[in-house]
This record gives sequence, structure tokens and C-alpha cells, in this order.
Amino acid sequence: MNPLSNSPALTAKDYASDQEVRWCPGCGDYAILKQVQTVLAELQIPREQVVFLSGIGCSSRFPYYMGTYGLHGIHGRAPAFAYGLKLTRPELHVWIITGDGDGLSIGTNHLLHLLRRNLDVTVVLFNNQVYGLTKGQLSPTSPPGQVTPSSPWGSVEFPFNPVLLALSAGATFVARTLDRDLAHLRMVLTRAAQHRGAAFVEVYQNCPVFNDGAFARFTEKESKPWNALFVEHGKPLCFGPNGERTVRLRGTTPEVVPTEEVAPAELWVHDETDRAHAFLLAQLWDDPFPRPFGVLYADPSKPTYEELFFEQVQRARQRTTADLPALLRGRNWWHIGNGER
Amino acid sequence: MYSTTPRRDVTIVFAGDSGEGMQLTGSYFAHTSALAGNDLATLPNYPAEIRAPQGTLAGVSSFQLRFGSTEILTPGDQCDVLVAMNAAALKTHLHLLKRGGLLIANEAGFDRRNLRLAGYPENSNPLTDGSLSDYELITLNISQLVASALADSPLSVRERERTKNMFVLGLLAWLFSRPLEPLEQLIREKFAQRAELLEANLRVLRAGYAFGETSELFASRYEIPQAPLEPGTYRSISGNEALVLGFITAAHRAGVKLFYAGYPITPASEVLHQMERLLAYEVYPLQAEDEIAALCAAIGAAFGGHLGVTATSGPGFSLMSEALGLAVMLELPVVVCDIQRAGPSTGMPTKPEQADLLQALYGRHGEAPLAVIAPATPADCFTAAYEAARIALEWMTPVVLLSDAFLANGSDLWRIPELDSLPPIQPPWATPEHRSDGTFLPYQRDERGVRPWAVPGTPGFEHRIGGLEKEELTGNVSYDPLNHERMVRARARKLARLAETLPPQTITLGPAAGELAVVSWGSTYGSIYTAVQECLRQGLPVAHIHVRYLHPLPPGLGELLAGFRRILVPELNSGQFAHLLRAHYRVDVLSYAKIQGLPLTVNEVVGAIQRALHNEPAFQLTSPNC
Repeated sequence: MNPLSNSPALTAKDYASDQEVRWCPGCGDYAILKQVQTVLAELQIPREQVVFLSGIGCSSRFPYYMGTYGLHGIHGRAPAFAYGLKLTRPELHVWIITGDGDGLSIGTNHLLHLLRRNLDVTVVLFNNQVYGLTKGQLSPTSPPGQVTPSSPWGSVEFPFNPVLLALSAGATFVARTLDRDLAHLRMVLTRAAQHRGAAFVEVYQNCPVFNDGAFARFTEKESKPWNALFVEHGKPLCFGPNGERTVRLRGTTPEVVPTEEVAPAELWVHDETDRAHAFLLAQLWDDPFPRPFGVLYADPSKPTYEELFFEQVQRARQRTTADLPALLRGRNWWHIGNGER
Repeated sequence: MYSTTPRRDVTIVFAGDSGEGMQLTGSYFAHTSALAGNDLATLPNYPAEIRAPQGTLAGVSSFQLRFGSTEILTPGDQCDVLVAMNAAALKTHLHLLKRGGLLIANEAGFDRRNLRLAGYPENSNPLTDGSLSDYELITLNISQLVASALADSPLSVRERERTKNMFVLGLLAWLFSRPLEPLEQLIREKFAQRAELLEANLRVLRAGYAFGETSELFASRYEIPQAPLEPGTYRSISGNEALVLGFITAAHRAGVKLFYAGYPITPASEVLHQMERLLAYEVYPLQAEDEIAALCAAIGAAFGGHLGVTATSGPGFSLMSEALGLAVMLELPVVVCDIQRAGPSTGMPTKPEQADLLQALYGRHGEAPLAVIAPATPADCFTAAYEAARIALEWMTPVVLLSDAFLANGSDLWRIPELDSLPPIQPPWATPEHRSDGTFLPYQRDERGVRPWAVPGTPGFEHRIGGLEKEELTGNVSYDPLNHERMVRARARKLARLAETLPPQTITLGPAAGELAVVSWGSTYGSIYTAVQECLRQGLPVAHIHVRYLHPLPPGLGELLAGFRRILVPELNSGQFAHLLRAHYRVDVLSYAKIQGLPLTVNEVVGAIQRALHNEPAFQLTSPNC
């Protein structure tokens, strides 16, 4: 039972729409959809209070599969729909579903501005390092050398690091997770949904058709421990099957060393409220470093856009009593007729 | 003493360097004219550059004011009085002064430096070389007169010099028999915080007035009797201000919030500035990161159950095309104001043009019809904004409002409506009847073809909408070929039904049928109305039809046009409305096209009417110097 009402508790299924889900078999999107529905049920957020906004792309079909309110918009612009919705309806629980093409190519501008403004929404960026819906072209997160129909000679571009971009833009919650680690995915989505302010979650999502196995080294049993660093607040940055390696800092330079060689006091202990260290952490990318996953940064203290905006509205209303006829008259007005001028 | 000559109407141009306060002088004088019971129209004109070099032609700022005892619909083709504060102001505005008109020149602005910057030949000065003998020239050293009026003032020389616009204001108040009190009141409000500036400005204003009285430079004073205005409460208002008030009033009347998003662009930025100030009036404004975001944010607000509005100009309007198509597809109430300026591309950002008409009608991919409406005068922007919001909210459709730089910055008298006199606005809120088996049907249309509006937060009405073609009733994604055609037709039919509810087109002026109809839309209303009025006075067989609804076109327009042997469409583009009328009604239309970034003058339209009546062809590029 929902403790707040007499109606039966909502289950994950209650958050699904009656529409048939039409992603390719084996697509990582299914796992994300399921976990989002599970998280909403865990948090018991009333369906009518939830809105999913999206742009264009495979991931952007997401709202159609949710039994909540939803708007499937135009390519890259989902954050912009959120401005108008949240400023007029701040009480709503708004999610933005985007991808590496939608959110980091055509819509980068809006994504960065939304994070900069710290709008109180949850952004989930499905990163599969490829354009799926248009059949496999290069994306802004594709690794150098990637061969695609639009880069038949191999990509000569460098990719974005989405979490670093989000941190720089001013996001107050930045996390990375994977479609193949359901518990981790659910934990991160729950934290993001509970965050007050702009939450940015990058999900490594496998595209089995155009970019299968792009994240295998972070998901497969043998390679995962050596390549993925799962960070936890208050715990040292250790990885490897038994935590036998660690990342530590020499000044601002990270290095990978055997954990046993580092005195406990010298370990880099993850503090998710520490923005400066979050930048260093977010930059860990290639060998010899593991790729960090988890909540890299979370700062609940920064006021949200809605809070600041409505404070202004309150101030304005204290200073001015809305009087529409007086507003229409303005400062200089006069009567004509009936000798009143 | 002085004789006082009555005049029916007068046009004054105040021209000076950008820093010389010409806009303020003009608007204060307009205020006294309004208080004196005159009808009026104004047109400010300032450089696109923020701080153009002082004394140069590019740095001239001017304010044109026409006021009179009859109906005033345009700021005037030419002026009766030109105030030129410097040589550059004279050079750029002399062509506006009627032969025999009064030219008041500030001698101090015609020194060697100013003459050189204005491009006059070495050692020549128009004030002394006899070249202005066609005009009644009054040369004053205003700087010197101000300096002596403020001889014992604590102000710096520079601050004293800055009051010289008040001298002009006082002098003209005397010349046009105006009391000083209303001006003094405005000055008191403006300088309430600076006692010494207030004192100086008041003193200089009075000195200007006294100078007129004692100098004997002027042959006569003038008096402009009251205009026969309808009883009511009046103010003067610019087009952009009127838009803001129109939207606020409409949202209030409909019981929804007004969400406004804008991105800075000339000449629409003023709308954003005004909206941002009015938080106390249920206005929720946002300065967006670009125009795409502005319209998408407005769509987001409309999805949330509120009125979404944005204003922009050509370049921004182009960026909004895709999102406008989405608004058509979603069927949500948003209003996009395109304050047109001369294009294409950056074009001439401060200059008016009407060249976005066909873009507003057709500038989207796919079959994407929406409502398009155009205000006729600055004050009419209120009514047009209210009407645009009403159509959007009651018909669940995006609406484009086509204003332009001429309406945006110009102002005229506005009779403030009683709120109760405005038509009610009733959005089609969703009710339990729009549900079937517990599921809300977002595309179940009413008898008008309008879909219901259910907003997030309402239990039991959860639904998804999107840019993909949707199934009738449910709104679910559908690729069914016949469903697509039905939906395309349903969206078009809704606008056809809207047309049936619009007020039938009437003749604006003149006979209901006959030789020649002059058809106008948008800001050219005033010039064309006045021109037709003049032609009717001359006994010419001509009528004026002003069209407010550009899509859908109003009922009865085709029948009216069929009653005339010839149709003339003057407009500020290469003939877009003419093209539309030809295509829509299969009538022959003469196009008078002016594309100079300038409004139409009454004289130009009179000339075009005369040529049309004489069956002279070649109307495509008929404006002078082309």
C-alpha cells in the first residue's frame, strides 16, 4: 500500500503504457525502460505527476511506452520543452530522455543551458556511440577510428566525454552507469530521481544492431573489473577483481598503483560533493585508467532555477499588486468625454 | 501680441545626435498633444549602432510626430516642422520637410567639425549659404541660450549642455500654444531623484517657452483644435507594448498563466523586456538560449495547460519553423509574433518590411496550416494579440501574428477597452467524456474539429503526444496511410471551420463595389486608408479593403473582390499578398511593391491608385529611384 493514500501501491507495470515497445531485440533501451518504471514504483510518484520529454532518436521513443504524461518533440530540443513546463508547473516530476546524437549533437546547446540553469529535472542520456534510428552513422561520442556508413575510412574526430561536459555546464548531479548492470542502473536512477536540481545520468547502452559490444570491456565478466571503476561516496577508488588496484593523485595528476602500496591515509577517497575532484575523476578515460561509474558528483545545496525564479515572483508580487485595469492605463492616461478630461 | 493660426494637423520631426534626447523630447511633446485632445501617431527612428560616432550621419536619431484635429492614421509622409540639432540631422532629414516648412536649426551644431562630419563641402554652411531659402529658417544658438539660462547652476558644462532638448520642448510648447504644466509634471517624475537636474531642466524648459514669447522670430503661433475622439480612457501606446498587454489580458481572461520566452532580436526585444518586468501579472518569462528554445519552451508551457507566447523577427522566425510544425502536429495553443524587418538574412534590422507573409503561411515542411493574423496600427496590436491568443486557446492551434518594425516602435492613441467588453476565451478543457474505458482520447475532436486539452497533473488523463503521425482519437503512433490523410485533412478542416466563425470581410472605406479596390494587410493600413480617403475626396471611384485574417482568409472576401473591376495591392514586399489573392480567388491583381525598408507614404499610394485607374501596368517596381 502507498503510505500516503488508500489506493493500492503502484507497481512498475502501472507506469507502462498500452503501446507495444518497438526497439530492436536485445536493445539496451529495454533495460533502462524497465528500471525507470521500477524506480518510479519504488518512489511511488503518482503517475499523473510524471512527465517524460524527449527529442528524436531511438531513445526518444521512450515517452510513448510510459503510462504517464509525455511529449515526443523535435530533434535535440527536449530540454527546451522542460523550461516552459517547469516554470508554469514546477510541481511536476519531469524526466528528459535523450541520446548521444539528440543531446550531444543537434541539442548540445539546450542540454548545456538546462544544466547551467539547474532546472529541477532528471536527464537520462542513452549513449550508444552511434546513430541508431538513421542506421548507424558516427555520433559525437563515437571513438576515434570508428567505421560507420558516414565514416567509411574511420572517424578522424575526438569524442565528447558527456559527464565532463555536464560537470562543466554546472550540473548538480552527474553520474554514469550501464544498461547491463541492473542494480547499479537502478541505484543511479533512484538517486537521480531524488536529486533536487538538474540531474544528469549517462547510461552506456548497447546497440546490438549498429554498434554491438561497444562497451564490452565494461560489462563482460573478465574485463569489467579491470576497466570499470565503481565509485561510492566515502570509499577509496579501488578496482580489480579484489580491489587490488587504486587510482591516487600526485598533486592533480592521477596514477594507477597497486592498492597495497598506498597507505590508507593516501588513498583517494571519493567525496561526491567535491567538485574539483569530480573533474579529475570525470577525466579518467583510457588505459591505464579505469572508466568511473556511479555518482561522480552530487551537490544538493545549489538553488534550482525554479526556486530562484519563484522567489523573484514572490518579490514582484509583494512590491506590485496586480491591477490589470491600472496596467492597461499605464502612467499617463486621460478621459475624453463627459467633461472628465 | 502673436496671432494664432488654427491648423488641422501638423507633423514635427525632432532630429539630433543619438545622445541629444530627441526620443524623449518627441514623446513628451506627443504626450502634451494627446492631453490637448489631438489624435496622433509617432515614429521613432534611431541608428542600429548603439553608440554611433557623434556628429556623423549614422549617429542621427529622430522622432516623428503627427497630431491633429482629425483622425490621424500615419505619422505623416512629410513634416511641417523640422528641428535639426546638428548638421548631420539636417542632412538626413531635410528631404522630409515640406517646401515652406519651418526649420529650427541649432547653430552650435553647425560648426566646422559638425559640418565636416555631416559631409558638407569645406567652407560651406547650409544655414548661411542661402540653400535653405525654400524654407522658413530659424537659426538659434541653443547651446548658448541654455548656457545663459543656467549661468548660476551647480551643474557641469556637460550636464547643462544635455538639457538643450528641454529648450526645444519649451519653444515648441509655446509655438503650438501648449501649457507647460503637463511637461513639467513629466520632468518632475523623470528627475525625482536628482534635485539639481530637475531644477535645471525645468528652468531650461521655461526659458525655451519665454524665448518664443519674446524673440519675435516667429510670424505666428499655431493651435490645433481637439479631434472628435470617441469618449473613453486614452493613452498613447507603441505596438510592442500593446502586444504585451494584449497577451496578459487574454491569459487573464482565459484563466491561464502567460508563459513568454524570447531571444534578443531587433525589433522584438522590447516585448521580452516588458514581459520580464511584469512577474506580478501571472507572466512567466524566460530569456531562452535561442529562438528554437523559445518556441519549444512555449510549447512546453502549452502542454502544461498554459498560454505559450514568443516574439521574434525574421531570422528567429526562420529558426522556429520546425517547432511551429510540431505545434501544428501536437495541436497546442502557442502564439508566435514575427515583428518583421527588412530581410533576407540580417537585412536591415531596424527597418520595416512585410516580406515574411508567405513564410508565415507556408514556411513549414509537410501540410502544416496554422492561423495568421496581422495588426493594422500600433494600438491595434493589443486587439490582434488578444485575438491571436483567443484563437490559439479556443482552437488548439499555433497562431502567427505578423507585426513589423513600423508598428513595433511607432505609437498612436489607444482607447483602453473595458475588460468586460472583450470576448470571453474558453479553452476546450478535457472532461470525463473524453475518456473511453478509462483511457483519455487526446485526439477526439469536438464538432468544430478541436481536440480536448488535458494537462499533466490530472489523474486519469495521462497521455502521450508527439511529432509522429497519430491515430485518430487515441493519438497513438500510426503509419496507416488512410489515417494520415484523414489527420492532414482534419487539421486543415479545423482552420476552415475557424474561418466560418470569423467576422465577414467588410469594405473598410468607400463603395462596396465598382472600379477599384485597394486591398491592404498589416501596418500599411494607415497610409492606404488615408490615400483612399484623399482619392474619394477627389471623386475617384476607389474603395479600401483591409484584411486582418491572412489565414484562414475571412468569409466574404472573394465575393467583395469580385465586385470590383480592378484590385490593387500595395505592400512592403515584392507582391506576396497579391500573389496569395490571385492564387486563392483567381482574380487579377495589380501589385504595388515597395521594398526599401520604409513605410508606404500616402502620396505613393495616391499615385498608385491614379495609375491603376488609368490602367497603367508595370506595378512591380514602381517606387521612385528604383
